Amino acid sequence: MRRAVSLFVDFVRSQPLGIVSLVAVLVMVGCAIFAEQVAAFDPEAIDFAAMLSAPGAEHPLGTDAFGRDILSRLIYGARTALAIGVLSSFIGCTLGGAIGLASAFFGGKVDLVAQRLIDMLLSFPIIVLALVVVALGGKFIIAGIDVNLILAIAVPTVPRAARVIRAAALSVREMPYVDAARAAGYSDWRIILRHMAPNVTAPYLILFTAYIAQAILLEASLSFLGLGVAEPKPAWGLMLSGTSANFYQEAPWMILFPGLAISLAVFAFNLFGDALRDWLDPKLKT
Amino acid sequence: MKRLLGLLMLALGFAAPGAQAQTPVRGGILTFAVAAEPPTYDCHQANTFAVLQRVSAHYSTLLKFEDGKYPNIVGDVAASWIISPDQLTYTFKLHPNITFHDGTPFTSEDVKASFDRVKSPPQGVNSVRQGSLVKVDRIETPDKLTVVFHMKEVDASIMNTFASPWNCLFSAAKLKADPKFPERNIYGTGPFKFVEHVAGSHWVGARYDGYFKPGLPYLDGFRAITMGAAATVNALEGKQVLAEFRGLAPNERDRLTKALGDQARVQEGSWNLHMDISFNPQRKPFDDPRVRRALSLAIDRWAGAKALGRISPLHDVGGVMRPGGEFAATEAELETMPGFGRDMAKNREEARRLLKEAGQENLTLTLTNRNIPPYVAIGVYVIDQWRQIGVKAEHQQVELATWYNTLNNANFDIMMDSYTDHSDDPTTGLVKFLSQTKYPVSSSRFDDPELDKLYMAQWAAPDATSRRKLVRDFERRTMEQAYVVPLVWWYRIIVTSPRVNGWTMSPSHMIYQDLATVWLTPQ
Repeated sequence: MRRAVSLFVDFVRSQPLGIVSLVAVLVMVGCAIFAEQVAAFDPEAIDFAAMLSAPGAEHPLGTDAFGRDILSRLIYGARTALAIGVLSSFIGCTLGGAIGLASAFFGGKVDLVAQRLIDMLLSFPIIVLALVVVALGGKFIIAGIDVNLILAIAVPTVPRAARVIRAAALSVREMPYVDAARAAGYSDWRIILRHMAPNVTAPYLILFTAYIAQAILLEASLSFLGLGVAEPKPAWGLMLSGTSANFYQEAPWMILFPGLAISLAVFAFNLFGDALRDWLDPKLKT
Repeated sequence: MKRLLGLLMLALGFAAPGAQAQTPVRGGILTFAVAAEPPTYDCHQANTFAVLQRVSAHYSTLLKFEDGKYPNIVGDVAASWIISPDQLTYTFKLHPNITFHDGTPFTSEDVKASFDRVKSPPQGVNSVRQGSLVKVDRIETPDKLTVVFHMKEVDASIMNTFASPWNCLFSAAKLKADPKFPERNIYGTGPFKFVEHVAGSHWVGARYDGYFKPGLPYLDGFRAITMGAAATVNALEGKQVLAEFRGLAPNERDRLTKALGDQARVQEGSWNLHMDISFNPQRKPFDDPRVRRALSLAIDRWAGAKALGRISPLHDVGGVMRPGGEFAATEAELETMPGFGRDMAKNREEARRLLKEAGQENLTLTLTNRNIPPYVAIGVYVIDQWRQIGVKAEHQQVELATWYNTLNNANFDIMMDSYTDHSDDPTTGLVKFLSQTKYPVSSSRFDDPELDKLYMAQWAAPDATSRRKLVRDFERRTMEQAYVVPLVWWYRIIVTSPRVNGWTMSPSHMIYQDLATVWLTPQ
C-alpha cells in the first residue's frame, strides 16, 4: 500500500499533465458507472414540448430534435464509449500482444508468416477494416452491447499491437533470464507467459490506453456512419449524425457538445497514455 | 391630372407585364434534381419515382390526370371514350397523327401491346402492377385509332389504371422484336426525346417537335441531375437546379426560403405516402392479435404527427387512405377506430391489459427499420411509445438491400415500412394492408379471408358511396387485426424557382412529370 502511494506521488510529481488527464478519465468513468444517479433525465425519453431547446437552467446543454436532454445523453453515452472503447482496446491489444510475443519468441517461419499477415492487415486503413467487419458481422447484441461492433474496432488494433509488442519482446528474448529459463528446461509457453509477458507490460499498458482513445473515435465514426450504435441508444458519435446534421444551424448545441465530449475523451486518454509511457520508460526518465 | 397619369402608368407599366407573365414562353432548359438513380428505364417493371421522374417526359399514357385539377382524369393519347352502361366495355378513340420519336406512326396496336405486356408479361419481364388488369378479359383493336377493353367484371378502379403513369405506351413492333426493349431503351411518343443518360450524373431530354399536342412542349429540353438530399438543397440555394419534384423536409424548406426569399416558390400539401408498421404473424408472439393490437394502440399518432411534423415531412394523421382524399376517413371516423383514439391514457391501459391477457407483460422485440431519415425519426418515436407500456424494443437500422432481404425472408418481428401510390384509388392503395402472400408490395404474411373479401368488394363497388363504406369496413378490420397498421402520412413540400411555371402540385410525386406544359420565365 505504501509502495502504491509512493508510486502515485511519483506519477503526480513527474507527470502533471498525466494527472489532469487521469482526472478527466476518472470523471468519465464515474459518469459511466453512476449514470442513473448523475443524469437528470432518461436519455431516451422523448419530450416534444422541449424539442430543440437552447441550453438553459432545466437543460444545461440544451435538447435535441426529440426533446431529449443532451447532458443526460452525454452521460449515458460515456457508458457506451467506455464499454466499447475499453473492451475493444483490451481484446485488440491482448490478442495483438499474444501474437507479437509468440512471433518474437519462436522467430523463424512462425515470425515470417505472422509478420506478413500483420503486414497485410496493416495495409488496410483502420476505418475500412472496421467497416468490413461490421458489414460482415451485422449486429450481435449481448447485454445491450453490440459484440460485433467491439470486434470490428478490436480487429484493426490487433496488427498494430502485435507489431509493437513483438519489437519489445525481441529484446526481452535476448535477456539472460530467458536463456536461463530455457537452460532450466521450462516449456516455451511457460517462458512466454512467466518470463517474457511481464516484461512487456509497460508497452502493453501504453498501447491499451492509447487505443481506448482510438476505439472511442472509431466507435463515434461508425455510429456517425450509421453502422455503430443505433438510435435511440445514447452514443456520442450517433449524437453528431441524423437529426443533428439537419438542425446544426438552428440548434448548434446538438453537435457542439457531443463533439466536445469526443475530443475531450480522446485527448484525455492520449495524454494519459503519453504520461504513462514517459513515467514507465526508464530511458525517458534519464 | 398627375394622379390620372399615374393610374395610366400603373395600368400600362405594371398590369401588362403581370398579364404577360401568365402567357407561356417557349424555350429554355429545365434543370431539376432527382435523389436516386433509375434501376431500369421500363415503367412497367419499375416501382420508384427515380424512373418516372425521368421517363414520363418521353412517354404517353392512354389517359392522364388533368393538369391542375387532380384527381380529374382526361385523355392523353385517347381523344374520347365510351363506357358501356354495364361498365364492361371501354372503347377509346385515339388522337390521329401521333408518332414515335423517329416519326413512326403510333396506333391502337401499340396500346394493346403495352397493356397486354402489363397484364400478361412475357418471360423475363416482371410486371409490377399485373394485378391491376386482372379484370380485363381481352383487348381488341377494330381499327388503327380504336382500342376496346372488354372486362370480365366491373372494375371500379379501371379508369385510374388507364391513367396510371406507370402504364407507359411502348411500341408494339419493338416489344415484338424484344420484350425487354424498354429496360434499356427509350422510344416513346411523349413531349421530349431522349438524349442521354450518364449514370450517377444526369439524364437529358430534348423537345420532340412532332409531339401530337399542338404548341407543346414549351421547354427546349430538360436535364434531370442525380444528387442526394443535402446536395439538392445546396443546388436549389445556389440556383444550379430550378426544382426538385419529390419533396423536401420542413427544415430544408425553411433554409431555402430564408436564403432565397421570393426566389423560392414553395408549394405544399398532403402526400399520398404513409409510414406503417408490419407485424410478422409467422413469429410468436405476433401471431396473437392482442399483442399486435396492443402495440398499435400504444402509439399516439396525433401527438406524433404534430411533433414529427416539425422535424420531418411526417405530418398528417390518417387511416388506410390519404387524409383529405376522396375515400379517406374523417377525423371523427378515425377516432372511433383502435389506434386513433385521442385518450392515450385509456389506450395505453387497454394495451397493457391486452399484453397481460396474452402473457406478454415483459415483451421485448426488434423493430427493423431503414437507416435514413425520416424512417429513423419515426422509429425512435414508436420505440418511445412502446416504452410507455413496458415494451422494450431494439432498433435495428439497416441498409436498403438488407432491409429488402429481411422483408423478403420474413426475418423480422416488426418492420417499419412506407407506401406510396400515384392516386387515391383504394384498389391500389389498400394492397399494402393485405397479405404479402397475395400482394407482393405488402410486408406481412397472414391469411385473413374477411379482409380479402372487403378488398374485393370495394374493387367491384358500383358507386363511390358504397365503395367508401366498404373502405371504412376494411380500415376497421385492418386496425383491429393489426397485421399492417398506418402510422402517419407524409407532407409534400416542393420548392422551385419562381421561373418554373405550369407544373402541377399534387398528392403524388409520380404524376404530372411529363413536363409538357412546364415553361420557364426568361431570365
